[in-house]
Amino acid sequence: MSVTREQVAKIASLARINLDEGDLDHMVPEFNNILAWVEQLGEVDTSSVEPMTAVIPQKLRLRDDVVDADPLTGGGKRDAILANAPVAEHGFFGVPKVIE
Amino acid sequence: MTDFTQLGIKAIRDGVANGDFTAVEVAEAFNAAVADAAELNAFIVTTPDYALEAAKKVDADRAAGKQLGSMAGVPIGMKDLFATRGVQTSAASHILEGFKPEYESTVSQKLWDAGAGMLGKLNLDQFAMGSSNETSYFGNVANPWKARGSNATLAPGGSSGGSSAAVAARIAPAATGTDTGGSIRQPAAFTGITGIKPTYGRCSRWGIVAFASSLDQAGPMARSVEDCAIMLEAMSGFDPKDSTSLDMDVPAWAASLDANLKGKTVGIPKEYRMDGTDEEILKSWDDGIAWLKDAGADVVEVSLPHTKYALPAYYIVAPAEASSNLARYDGVRYGLRDLPDGAGLQDMYAATRAAGFGDEVKRRILIGTYVLSAGFYDAYYTQAMKVRTLIQKDFEAAFEQCDVILAPTTPTAAFALGENVDDPLAMYLNDVFAVPASLAGLPAMSVPAGLNKDGLPLGLQLIGPAFDEQAVLNAGLAIEQRAGFTAKPEKWW
Amino acid sequence: MSNYRVQGATGEWEVVIGLEVHAQVTSKAKLFSGASTEFGAEPNAQVSLIDAAMPGMLPVPNVECIRQAVRTGMAIEAQINKWSRFDRKNYFYADLPQGYQISQLYHPLVGEGQLVIEADEKAGIPEDKVIRIERIHVEQDAGKLMHDQHPTMSYVDLNRTGVALMEIVSRPDMTSPAEAGAYIRKLRSILRYVGSCDGNMEEGSMRADVNVSVRKVGDTELGTRTETKNVNSVRFVMQAIEHEVQRQIDVIEDGGTVVQETRLFDPNTGTTRSMRSKEDAHDYRYFPDPDLLPLELDDAFLEECRASLPELPDAKRARYTGELGLSEYNARELTAEVETFARFETLLAETAAALGKPEAKVATQVANWSLSVAPGVIKALGDEGDAGNATATRQAAILKMQDAGEISGGQAKEIFEIVLKEGREPEEIADTEGLKQVSDTGAIEEAIDTIIANNADKVEEYRSGKDKLFGFFVGQTMKAMQGKANPAVVNQILKDKLG
Ligand SMILES: [Mg+2]
Ligand SMILES: [Zn+2]
Repeated sequence: MSVTREQVAKIASLARINLDEGDLDHMVPEFNNILAWVEQLGEVDTSSVEPMTAVIPQKLRLRDDVVDADPLTGGGKRDAILANAPVAEHGFFGVPKVIE
Repeated sequence: MTDFTQLGIKAIRDGVANGDFTAVEVAEAFNAAVADAAELNAFIVTTPDYALEAAKKVDADRAAGKQLGSMAGVPIGMKDLFATRGVQTSAASHILEGFKPEYESTVSQKLWDAGAGMLGKLNLDQFAMGSSNETSYFGNVANPWKARGSNATLAPGGSSGGSSAAVAARIAPAATGTDTGGSIRQPAAFTGITGIKPTYGRCSRWGIVAFASSLDQAGPMARSVEDCAIMLEAMSGFDPKDSTSLDMDVPAWAASLDANLKGKTVGIPKEYRMDGTDEEILKSWDDGIAWLKDAGADVVEVSLPHTKYALPAYYIVAPAEASSNLARYDGVRYGLRDLPDGAGLQDMYAATRAAGFGDEVKRRILIGTYVLSAGFYDAYYTQAMKVRTLIQKDFEAAFEQCDVILAPTTPTAAFALGENVDDPLAMYLNDVFAVPASLAGLPAMSVPAGLNKDGLPLGLQLIGPAFDEQAVLNAGLAIEQRAGFTAKPEKWW
Repeated sequence: MSNYRVQGATGEWEVVIGLEVHAQVTSKAKLFSGASTEFGAEPNAQVSLIDAAMPGMLPVPNVECIRQAVRTGMAIEAQINKWSRFDRKNYFYADLPQGYQISQLYHPLVGEGQLVIEADEKAGIPEDKVIRIERIHVEQDAGKLMHDQHPTMSYVDLNRTGVALMEIVSRPDMTSPAEAGAYIRKLRSILRYVGSCDGNMEEGSMRADVNVSVRKVGDTELGTRTETKNVNSVRFVMQAIEHEVQRQIDVIEDGGTVVQETRLFDPNTGTTRSMRSKEDAHDYRYFPDPDLLPLELDDAFLEECRASLPELPDAKRARYTGELGLSEYNARELTAEVETFARFETLLAETAAALGKPEAKVATQVANWSLSVAPGVIKALGDEGDAGNATATRQAAILKMQDAGEISGGQAKEIFEIVLKEGREPEEIADTEGLKQVSDTGAIEEAIDTIIANNADKVEEYRSGKDKLFGFFVGQTMKAMQGKANPAVVNQILKDKLG
């Protein structure tokens, strides 16, 4: 299957990456080359195969319901949370106004 | 006087512990070597003060008679994919330029706890996506090796290209790497060093910038099998903060190293004899077989029938996971924000991500977005995950017949920078031998096997069953002892 | 079958409603991080590095959130899936730091279940009705955006980000706003019984996505539905449905077609409007979260969940009308809220113990006291009383004195009033405040003799058959006794003396 320029543009917009016409010029053929190549997977008969669910078979571990048990995974660190923010005001992150 | 930069992990650690020299002397020597090697562009950020401070602490601890850690006094390079508190962690991207985490990755913390110090943050392919270190926002890394009779700058491999270059150039005795589809093993092979990717889950992923969660594993890159074993022990261990972390004790790999392979069986996967593989690579593979036989091993042919499909499956799974993992780089909480005049929130995302990601990252995000999108998910992603099951089963069946698998690490020796950049597919093929073990989560290592006729290093790969890093390390040691690889790049930088 | 119909220009329409209720799971810490879930903190004070989606951060699930979702599933008689998985739902929004929500699409924790909404003639629900529940899955809540703090910016607060939600998805089994309202009330009651959600709709602990479509009466095909997001009260859900029904009918009758879309409810106008900002969010690219392994639950875990379930509303109501002999009305009132039945059951136990009688024998008395007498007094007192003084022990003491005939109903209220105001003990109040009935036959006989002597004419009339006059003598006696005579004793003596 090959994708059109419009489809690539649509995927880029879904992925929130601006592509200009020049980007599309090279991205579309590259995209189609890669797709054509990965499509050889279709040759494999997987009708009786389950998709892999865990790389190493393990059960999901659950943690106890304790607040801030480990400072690395707990809250109460607003300064650290905001430290790298492009825009932080009054304890909030700032983003361009969203109109709903 | 000893040239400390020629020493590896064990030599430095033992020398410091014995009082032959101080950790500060070692740190100063490597700091100087790093400063002198700017041309390699192996480091994005250097942190000589960090290296010195760690060394001072080791020396003070020793003077105070305290127990020293397994990496005490060893200054290392840290791949810039590991979050390091207060030090820029960029994943070699523009989008994370200037990002200084308020936290330390589990693996780097373990290394500091073991007494290691940090020389700096090593360059890499952007977000670990690449096989030549040419996708870094901070420029290409030069392989310290050059082909005989040529002045062309070669690729150090990728994505851990800064790591491989630094260790090969003796400006770091060891470095961390991460391996998603060969990113430790391929650059190790390209630069004549040793690197191991352990079983998936051995090293915590907490604090490592994610590329593809079900594949990413950290591991050491160093100049000997024993150094790798020592450093891997320091990096490994259960971490409750990572749901996929293995809840198992870390074996004493270094102490248990044993190159006597009597009673062991080595499997040679017939499907790895691919068309187009370099003759010299095949020859070094035969050397490897002979060396392992010499070490007492039986050698059998094994079959991994779905090998051919590993690479395409990888190029669905890894981009799919990456497209989602990289959605967090949106200009809101950290990193780059590109806000064109009058732009709304969604415009800001699209502008920021367009400005912040390099071409290869964009390409993979787009592929990943596409294969997960409505109507295509089953045909691509589910099919790839089924093929992944088949690849896993292939290995399971093979390990019924053998203890460890021997294969080449790469289909060619290091290529020149720029040689493959315009052809993503040709670049992807570099990892054709490395990717299957990644998809199955198995421990795998590359050790130097010799030089080709151009004087460039070649690597051999050992793949073990899950949890059996020891089998990989032992076979690696047997090869190391017989290959007698002592060549090193001539200093031109 | 509901008889809810809407008359349009072209005929009668019926309505099909399905609800997706997001209920915040009661837990101290978030679903995948150790940050607190406490409501009302300073902005971004309860945010972990994980919630803020810092590079390299990883989720580890909170066992309590899983446990509460399983218990909720059991309470709606649902299939519990011992093997489930978390998936990522990918979309970009400022309240979603990861760029994806960890949710469960392909393998939810809880499968098919159901609940029953009760008949309510007045509301147009003629009989009990089973509403099927398709699934419950566990997922992360998003953060909060504030739009009115800055002229050109929205502010982002991630305190809610990563709090555990249960999304409870019904089948499209409701056919009127009243049924939808009853469904949410019933669901809320079950959640509160189980303790898996506090049901506090004002704080956003429960929000409903309302799926509505209309069709002509008699049609069997479903119409195109719209989804109105995040409606946060029973009343608003009903309003949103009413508005959406009318709007869809108008669209169709004007020759248009209903667009399948996401809409927003405006509580100020009671109307819904299209949410254009979510227009392109339809391709969520769900896939299993590679940071998390499959969630596998063992029998011991499920057994522990089951054993910890309380008696649920339907069972409790049946027991109240059956074993305790309460009226249908009282049983329903008492079981509607957790606090109500909890207070009732405590008082019932105390009273039965104090009286030395089985619970069934005192249940009606305690129910009447709990539902009407006590609330009446408390309400009348307002700020003057302190409900905290009304311990079960004190109320049981009042009921005991009343049962023994030591105090009248009026006295019981008076004593309770003083209890509320002053926190004193009922027996002591009865004694010192003179709030006790006189059962001393001597005093009563004396009073009655005087009344009979003073009213010879009435006595004659009574004896000649004018039975109604008995009430007059009772009234006179009580008046003479200043209301403190035991009515039973008065009756008996009057009967004896009047012949
Ligand atoms: Mg919904
Ligand atoms: Zn939801």
